[in-house]
Amino acid sequence: MGFPHPSHPKETVLLSKHFGEPGARSFAGWTERGGYQALKKALGMTPEAIIEELKASGLRGRGGAGFPTGLKWSFMPKGDGKPHYLCCNADESEPGTFKDREIMRWTPHALIEGCAIACHAIGAEVCYIYIRGEFTDPLQVMEQAVAEAYGNGALGGNAFGSGKRIEIVLFRGAGAYICGEETALMNSLEGKRGNPRIKPPFPAAAGVFGMPTTINNVETLAAVPHIINRGAVWYKALCLGNPKSTGTKLFSVCGHVLKPGNYEVTLGFPMKELIYDLAGGMRPGRTLKAVIPGGSSVPIMNRAEAESALCDYEGIVEQGSMLGSAGFIVMDDSADIVYEVYRLAKFYAHESCAQCTQCREGTAWTTKILERILKGQGKPEDLDLLLELSDQMTGKTICVLSDSCAAPIVSGIKKFRSEFDAYLSRAKAPALASA
Amino acid sequence: MSDLVNLTIDDVAVSVPKGTMLIEAAKQAGVLVPHYCYHPSLPSPAVCRMCLVEVEKAPKLLPACVTAAAEGQVVNVHSPQAEKARESVLEFLLINHPLDCPICDQAGECELQDYVFQEGRAGTRYSDYAKRYNPVEDFGPDVLYVPNRCILCTRCVRFMEDVAKTPVLNVSERGDRAYIGIDPGQRLEHPWSGNVVDLCPVGSLISKDFLHKARAWDLDKTASICPGCTQGCNMMIDTRDGAVVRLRPRANLEVNRHFMCDVGRSDYRWMNRGDRAEVPLVRDGQRLVPTDWDAAAERLAALVQSAGRVVVLASGRASLESLGWVRRLLEGRQVTAAIKVPLGDEAPLAGVPDLALRKERVPNLDGARLAGYDASWADAIGRLDGASLVVLLDVELMDAELDRAARAEALVALTTLDDERLKGATLLLPVTSMVEEHGTYVNRSLRVQRYVQAKAAPGMARAAWWIAAEAWALGEPGRSAPDTAAAAFARLSETIPTLGGMTYGDLGLTGRVADAAARSAAR
Repeated sequence: MGFPHPSHPKETVLLSKHFGEPGARSFAGWTERGGYQALKKALGMTPEAIIEELKASGLRGRGGAGFPTGLKWSFMPKGDGKPHYLCCNADESEPGTFKDREIMRWTPHALIEGCAIACHAIGAEVCYIYIRGEFTDPLQVMEQAVAEAYGNGALGGNAFGSGKRIEIVLFRGAGAYICGEETALMNSLEGKRGNPRIKPPFPAAAGVFGMPTTINNVETLAAVPHIINRGAVWYKALCLGNPKSTGTKLFSVCGHVLKPGNYEVTLGFPMKELIYDLAGGMRPGRTLKAVIPGGSSVPIMNRAEAESALCDYEGIVEQGSMLGSAGFIVMDDSADIVYEVYRLAKFYAHESCAQCTQCREGTAWTTKILERILKGQGKPEDLDLLLELSDQMTGKTICVLSDSCAAPIVSGIKKFRSEFDAYLSRAKAPALASA
Repeated sequence: MSDLVNLTIDDVAVSVPKGTMLIEAAKQAGVLVPHYCYHPSLPSPAVCRMCLVEVEKAPKLLPACVTAAAEGQVVNVHSPQAEKARESVLEFLLINHPLDCPICDQAGECELQDYVFQEGRAGTRYSDYAKRYNPVEDFGPDVLYVPNRCILCTRCVRFMEDVAKTPVLNVSERGDRAYIGIDPGQRLEHPWSGNVVDLCPVGSLISKDFLHKARAWDLDKTASICPGCTQGCNMMIDTRDGAVVRLRPRANLEVNRHFMCDVGRSDYRWMNRGDRAEVPLVRDGQRLVPTDWDAAAERLAALVQSAGRVVVLASGRASLESLGWVRRLLEGRQVTAAIKVPLGDEAPLAGVPDLALRKERVPNLDGARLAGYDASWADAIGRLDGASLVVLLDVELMDAELDRAARAEALVALTTLDDERLKGATLLLPVTSMVEEHGTYVNRSLRVQRYVQAKAAPGMARAAWWIAAEAWALGEPGRSAPDTAAAAFARLSETIPTLGGMTYGDLGLTGRVADAAARSAAR
């Protein structure tokens, strides 16, 4: 990945190759590094050919859900006469995840190029890049890059002389976590409160401003130029045994590791090597206790699960969690799982949009119960209550924020029950002062 | 029949039009899916999650309000999983609810109460914590917001935004701190904003006018028609111990959907007036002396027999029956008949086609036309001079108009009010107001709609149609007067072609368009 640590030999650097090179940020610098060849090539291809290439590459969404990108693009209606939109989800608000930020900071033109190719493929003339409100630095870099792309004819009414109109509009969010959910993002973009929408209709039928829309994550779009340049066959070959998970992926590793940072490896890479070799392993004298691998919205993995997991969409599911955004929150034996779960629940309670009853009330209630356990005031029935509330918060709401709050709670209790019991039995001193 | 889909809901097979949502399809199966945010006259946000039902082969519970019925679907509203989910939603809704039912206006007609009694938990598991508290807000001239009772269903927000098209309400804050906010500097002053009180499924949005007036179980409810304008909104009259305390809209998808304007709903105090005419009075020289109805009818019949030119001035609030029978009583005379039509500003409800508080502030303008009240008010007043008989049907006249009317050879005043100014009349006959009688109005779309008696008539007051018909029967041997409003209507309906012989039975309580009836009769 090259920033802030030098690339590790076990990495496969594709997206992160130019991280840390300020020269790659300019249009000229990007062109020198082979940039915009893919866009020029794509503009000479039919949209159908591009979509077929994407389908064949096996590229799946890097935002969390892992939906096949080419298939998503193919859902866009053809010849409907309506304006189509591309949305780039650059809201990256998932705790523990910081990969899109680096893509925008170091290789803004990679994203612009990916957006432009996607626009052509889905018949969109306008792409909105929804950037997280707190991303001041990435926003400035992106603004500069978009201006340069217009100035050099890559964007505008006649992109690279192709006759195609491709516009990119940068939109700065206001900092709500939920605006990273694709339909809340669209509402926010339209100037409405960032509440998730009911699906159906799906974005391909009615997205931004009610028009057919494709929404992709930053990392997904940044991977597209590589596939166009080097072909689906090459990309699909970037695979460590699981043909359903192809290509490279940026893993944001944070927490109790010696070298936190973004690491780019081929999907299927062993989590154990990622944590111990690439990210430098545990601090001296510490041992691995748990990993939350998908940002914070997925079940917690215990040490055994983490050390035997393969880092791809299926591999992590096999070990009891999900890949999600691939932001690894690594915890060593100094971590207090009850406190960590409480901290996450508190985050979700703060960020709940308040639409669905279970989420609005459930995130806050579970937080209060966890708080009372940490204050040494827990009741014997609290864990059953937490599990029951979590069950009712799962799979019952418009979006998955509520499920995301429940996942760490349920997995925390199931995999680390003794830590909860220690507070409940008063064997452990309260971690929070009672008011 | 390809536009129908067949499905099974709680073991009942139903066929519904394609696109019907499960919550509506369930009604056909006789199953009410508990719900809060769903309302048939508002867009569905599917946020309360109360209407989650089990659909076989679906991986999770689905919200019945936004899930379209599909061919072959097997839906279970009362599966253990669905019931558990509803019990849980109710528990979540109650943890921050103050449970102040004993002092809440909504108690007894509260959907939170109802469903909790039906499917909720008996006890709380949230006992250690203080409930969320926000102070009461004054939202508008008649609306208070009690945030502590709010379940954030957002019906009010959607009504103002999507129906009134005046989006002044919003959801403010997030998570469990959320509440309904009103935009800075705004008030709920839209002429239809009172509907948010009806739409609120709990006691969160309440009417200042109705505040602490009655418990829901003290109220008698009567189907009626708003007498406020020519729109003819269907309404419910709520009376407590014989006094009208509240008017609320009654659903009629053809006329007013589920809504009613604030002018209509607030205009009920006249229904409880105490200064009423209660005894028929007949002129004896300088005095008006009390009499019985037989004598009064005879005197009326005699006045009509001897009358030359007649002017009838009627209220537009009079029923079709009364207008029609007064007119029939005068058949064969030279008659000028008009109703008084007060005018006001039109106030449309933007999101519903053809729904407005209308300029013409009477309910029976078209009924009067059908009954032969075809003169303009000015013309009729002009004809007062030299008239031999003037009949007033509960109409309020200006002093100058009344002076001219009193110069006629005979003045018959059918009146609800004990009005000193009418003491010059030849006959003063106490009649019922629309609250005290059965009757019909014809709205601006020629929809004939029944209203039902909601309270007892004072003293000896009778419906004007009954008095007119009794006198009419005396006019020729062999005539018999109708003795019910239904008969009075049916006999008018036979002679007014537009009505095409329709009866109360045809009208039901949501009415029927007269033209369509005429066409079907012709066929």
